[in-house]
Amino acid sequence: MIGEGILKGLAETARNFFGSYVNKDRLTTVQFPEERLPQIEATRDFPFLVYDGTDWQQGLRCVSCQICEKECPPKCIYIEKSKDKKPDATGKPQSYPTTFNIDISVCMSCQICVEVCPFDAIKMDVAFELSTDDRFGGLLLNREQLAKSNEYYNKIHPTEAAAVDAAFAEERAKAEAKARQAAEAKAAAAAQTLTPGAGETTRVQ
Amino acid sequence: MPEIIDQIFVLSKHWLLGYVPAGLQPVFSALLSVVPVLIAFPLLFAITTVLERKGLGRMQNRYGPNRTGPFGILQPMADGIKSLTKEDIIPRTADHLVHLLAPLLLVTASFLVYAVLPIGRNMVIANLNAGVLFFFAVGSMVELAVFMAGWSSRSKYSLLGAMRAIAQMISYEMPLVLASVVVIMAAGSLSTVAIVNMQASYTGIWPHWYVFTPWGLTGFVIFLIAATAESNRCPFDLPEGESEIIAGYYIEYSGFKFALFFLGEYLGMFATSAMAITLFLGGWAAPFSFLTWIPSYVWFFTKLLTLILVFIWIRGTLPRLRMDQLMNFAWKFMLPLSLINIFGAGVWHYMPAGLLRWLVVTLLVVVSCISLSRGLRRGKWFHVRTYRFAA
Amino acid sequence: MTISFLLLAAITIAGTAAAMSLRNLVHCVLALTLGLVGLAALYLQLGAQFVGFTQILVYVGAVAILAVFAIMMTRSAEPTEPHGSSSFQLSGALIAGIVFAVLAWAVSSGTKALQVQTLQPEASVNQIGVALMHGFVLPLEVIGLLLTAALIGAGVLAMDETRGAR
Repeated sequence: MIGEGILKGLAETARNFFGSYVNKDRLTTVQFPEERLPQIEATRDFPFLVYDGTDWQQGLRCVSCQICEKECPPKCIYIEKSKDKKPDATGKPQSYPTTFNIDISVCMSCQICVEVCPFDAIKMDVAFELSTDDRFGGLLLNREQLAKSNEYYNKIHPTEAAAVDAAFAEERAKAEAKARQAAEAKAAAAAQTLTPGAGETTRVQ
Repeated sequence: MPEIIDQIFVLSKHWLLGYVPAGLQPVFSALLSVVPVLIAFPLLFAITTVLERKGLGRMQNRYGPNRTGPFGILQPMADGIKSLTKEDIIPRTADHLVHLLAPLLLVTASFLVYAVLPIGRNMVIANLNAGVLFFFAVGSMVELAVFMAGWSSRSKYSLLGAMRAIAQMISYEMPLVLASVVVIMAAGSLSTVAIVNMQASYTGIWPHWYVFTPWGLTGFVIFLIAATAESNRCPFDLPEGESEIIAGYYIEYSGFKFALFFLGEYLGMFATSAMAITLFLGGWAAPFSFLTWIPSYVWFFTKLLTLILVFIWIRGTLPRLRMDQLMNFAWKFMLPLSLINIFGAGVWHYMPAGLLRWLVVTLLVVVSCISLSRGLRRGKWFHVRTYRFAA
Repeated sequence: MTISFLLLAAITIAGTAAAMSLRNLVHCVLALTLGLVGLAALYLQLGAQFVGFTQILVYVGAVAILAVFAIMMTRSAEPTEPHGSSSFQLSGALIAGIVFAVLAWAVSSGTKALQVQTLQPEASVNQIGVALMHGFVLPLEVIGLLLTAALIGAGVLAMDETRGAR
């Protein structure tokens, strides 16, 4: 019969129309600024810099090795290395970036900078409400805008951040153990040198 | 009292005219008739855009516009301000004069057809002797405006869109006119006012609308389909098929000229819907004799809104046709069916009133409809398509 | 000779004159359409509603579009160089002048005869229909036959040529 399919289609759209007032399944829109879907943990958009502690300038993990700058496919990272060195979170003297810019209008969210970073200093952010009325300056993020605390990182990517923290803790423990060992060895050596030294002095005497 | 409310606009017009010197009365009479129409229908356009976007949204499982004002009802104002303040871009190679005239001609022609549409009892701008003919004559000027827009833009997309639009409009104008011929035959007049008056009587509680006859129903359906095609709406929106030619003939228009095209398109849709109401659905006449106390213009706008909602519903349901399907449907189904329908109306006219003529005309229409649809589909299934000009 | 008549006559003459003198073919068609609309308005001014509206429906809605389609499908719509010798133009002007003289003579001599009849004929649609179906039924049928033949001819021309070969 001609027109049967049309009538079926009309019935379906009418069901959708009236159903949208009573049935949640027929109105699946999430009204964004008021309602938000829970974030998926693997979400990522643009990179940010992680810092430990409370002072971002002090705790920045980045040592400006510039690997990410070289690896970045669209070349959206710009780093200037410092001349002097200052102690990082673990107290080791390291270079730090005096300038660290990411142009997020160029960034393609490939995450390669994160993959290559040997210091777990750069990670992917989830903040997506980045609209601005200045498309050149407003989308060029500098060091201060990029720096976000480790707590923030733990909040947005808990699993990944926990792994990173565990690795850090292990490394730090290893370093501490090593330091302790070294200290012990040093102390032992000192003791050893002390006793023979005493003996020596006695010998001398 | 109901009579006074029914005639309130007519009475207030006469009351206002009393204060005008006699020499200026024709001018003021015309102004007082035209200006309310020029206000009411663009207002209806604004309401329709919101209804359409919200309704389509609901049909597609989403909200429509709901940010500007409560429930988004201020959306058309935002759209209007936006299109007024937007930059008006004219292509460098465009034919400037024709490019400017096209939207003006379109809107003018779309507004002119309202002159013969009876909005209520005694509420028509011009009761022309050949009102229906005027409607179709002025309506055909829209094609010229579409061509002017498409040609003057010097864009291949707009020219293609214009050619599609013109081919489609010419093809569907024939079933449109032939479908209304049955009503002209039955009413014996080309005047829209006379046609409505013929339908504004009742047997018991039932009205004498032409849609309640076999030929009238067929004519109404043909008219509605052809009107959808005439106003370039889904599923006949090939001239502006977004996926193929972006926006069709008004692709190179921006700002307020674009808004004028939009307005003209909707005004055309309202006008053809209003004509369908006038011809088949009794114009401003109430659907039952006991409801005649409700003012006639209320009935007219209720029917108009209902038809507009039907158009929106169809738009939300059906996908776009292909060009050959469109043409086949117009020439192989609609045109023969409307011709047979005219014959049926003649048979109805010359047969004595009674059950027999109902049976005969219904059978005639149904059989021809089924056989024509068979003929439309014949040979489609085992047909291997050959592309003659493909290398 | 009312103002409205003069205005409409001016529009009509301007439109047709522009149709002959403009360089761009599409502009010519649009100008011709303007002239035809002016003519339709003149009919309406004379009280001939049916003829006036049919003029718009047929000439603006169909003939202008047909002309446009013909231009689009046959040749480029770009402005072309004017051609034709001066003798060609001279003979054209001569013919136009003769036709105008004959028409002017016919109209001016016919006015006296018309002035006797002061009653304006009310040519309503009904009367036209009755006249077509009674007095002029044979010409109507012949025209109908001719148009049907033309339609079938167009269909044959447009038909798939491979079907005939098979």
